[in-house]
Amino acid sequence: MNELPQQLANGLILGAMYGLIAIGYTMVYGIVQLINFAHGEIFMVGGFGALTVFLLLPSGVNLLYALPLMLIGAVLVAVLVGVAAERFAYRPLRGAPRLAPLITAIGLSIALQQAVWKWYPEGNKARVFPQFKGDSFQILGATVQRGDIFVLVAAPVCMIALGFFVSRTRSGRAMQATAQDPDTAKLMGINTDRIIVLAFAIGAAFAGVAAVAYGLRTGEVQFRMGFILGLKAFTAAVLGGIGNIYGAMLGGVVLGVAEALATGYIEDIPGMQQFGGGAWKDVWAFVLLILVLLLRPQGLLGERVADRA
Amino acid sequence: MTTPTSAHPLLQVEDLRVAYGKIEAVKGISFSVEAGQVVTLIGTNGAGKTTTLRTLSGLLKPLAGKITFDGAPLTGVPAHKIVERGLAHSPEGRRLFPRLTIAENLKLGAFLRKDPVGIEADIRRVYELFPILGERSRQASGTLSGGEQQMLAMGRALMSRPKLLMLDEPSMGLSPIMMQKIMDTIRELRTQGTTILLVEQNAQAALSLADHGHVMETGTVVLSGTGQELLHDESVRKAYLGED
Repeated sequence: MNELPQQLANGLILGAMYGLIAIGYTMVYGIVQLINFAHGEIFMVGGFGALTVFLLLPSGVNLLYALPLMLIGAVLVAVLVGVAAERFAYRPLRGAPRLAPLITAIGLSIALQQAVWKWYPEGNKARVFPQFKGDSFQILGATVQRGDIFVLVAAPVCMIALGFFVSRTRSGRAMQATAQDPDTAKLMGINTDRIIVLAFAIGAAFAGVAAVAYGLRTGEVQFRMGFILGLKAFTAAVLGGIGNIYGAMLGGVVLGVAEALATGYIEDIPGMQQFGGGAWKDVWAFVLLILVLLLRPQGLLGERVADRA
Repeated sequence: MTTPTSAHPLLQVEDLRVAYGKIEAVKGISFSVEAGQVVTLIGTNGAGKTTTLRTLSGLLKPLAGKITFDGAPLTGVPAHKIVERGLAHSPEGRRLFPRLTIAENLKLGAFLRKDPVGIEADIRRVYELFPILGERSRQASGTLSGGEQQMLAMGRALMSRPKLLMLDEPSMGLSPIMMQKIMDTIRELRTQGTTILLVEQNAQAALSLADHGHVMETGTVVLSGTGQELLHDESVRKAYLGED
């Protein structure tokens, strides 16, 4: 198991997933300076959206054909919940002290978990997510499951599309302007409320894509899946430099690879045997977070925020 | 002295009151701007000049009063709709988008316009007005000098082809030479027929090019008149032009 290519591949797959979720944290933070702690749950409901679509399709359907529909289901549900959260939970608190939206986010996160637990059919246990059948692929000495190919394709496609949107389109430029100076953006005629909704929607859509990747990888979705993954994606966003979309993806990949390498190799370091293996895997993300906050608080690609008026 | 008004001034402000929480920053001011005029609001820091402009452009909600622009009420209209009506605001402290380039900032000034050819022509016009901006069009605006930033802020506000251009402290923090350049530009815009509402701490410069001026003190207009009248008014000279 402890082969380098395999660990790198695992890290990359995990990291791409973290990165996709991290985009949501970073975009919302970049525009309204809010840490949307319910974002992990937006990811989670996306997973259930995809599952619901699959269950509605005739049984025995080829997963390859079902996948696009499931993806639409995941994105649709995630975006709906994300946009509703902005409209009804966060917008009324704009201008309130920052603690208020933060507590609201945590409350919303619990409410969404409990809603799925209570009202989704058998939502109180892990629901089986469809899997691709067939052999895994051998890529550069690593074994990659069929389902994992999805995120390895989806993450770069999403990133390129987002990069194009932000830098080349009118709405994207409006988004950059709003992030840099919301009042002045309004003076340009930009409807900043719409831009905020757009940021939530894009973040939620990416979380929906990540949720499909998660389901394909782990073979299940469950109401608590957004908690630890959300925290790690948040870590990735901070690691990359919160507010920076490329930083979020980079942070995700760095975090995923660091986690995989730590899980695989730390037990080989003399005196560290008891920290090896999967039981400690969730610790490394937060060790990395602490290190980043100590050594480079603005993150890998973050800028010092001094130029913010 | 009273403000001369005609039947349809471009901008009419009546008994405007604005507060930050419980603190009233503008306590019932009235003035008007006729098309083609340069009108200036002068006064010390905290007199309520910037608050007035921010209320006119919709960034602040007034407590009471009436704002009529181009024949229609402006109160209650959200900020992003006010630009559409032809009121552009170059805010205090320039407030450029620092990580965007000069050209991108200018394009954002024309955000609501749908005529790419006209926008390109207007960008060229701004570059003619301020050649240095044209030379550095792909440079991030945050790296420009204070004077260059001010030129860009004015250029950006012009890009919406406003009926009324509001300039807040365009000379702030500039060297005398740069200040002269900015004032010359305002004069040039005026001869081209641009209507301007100018807020300035540099009363001498502002009054010498304004058709009308209003002196504000702690939220009220204490004195109004033509630029020349105020320039030669005893109390104005004492309080704002540094003479005893």
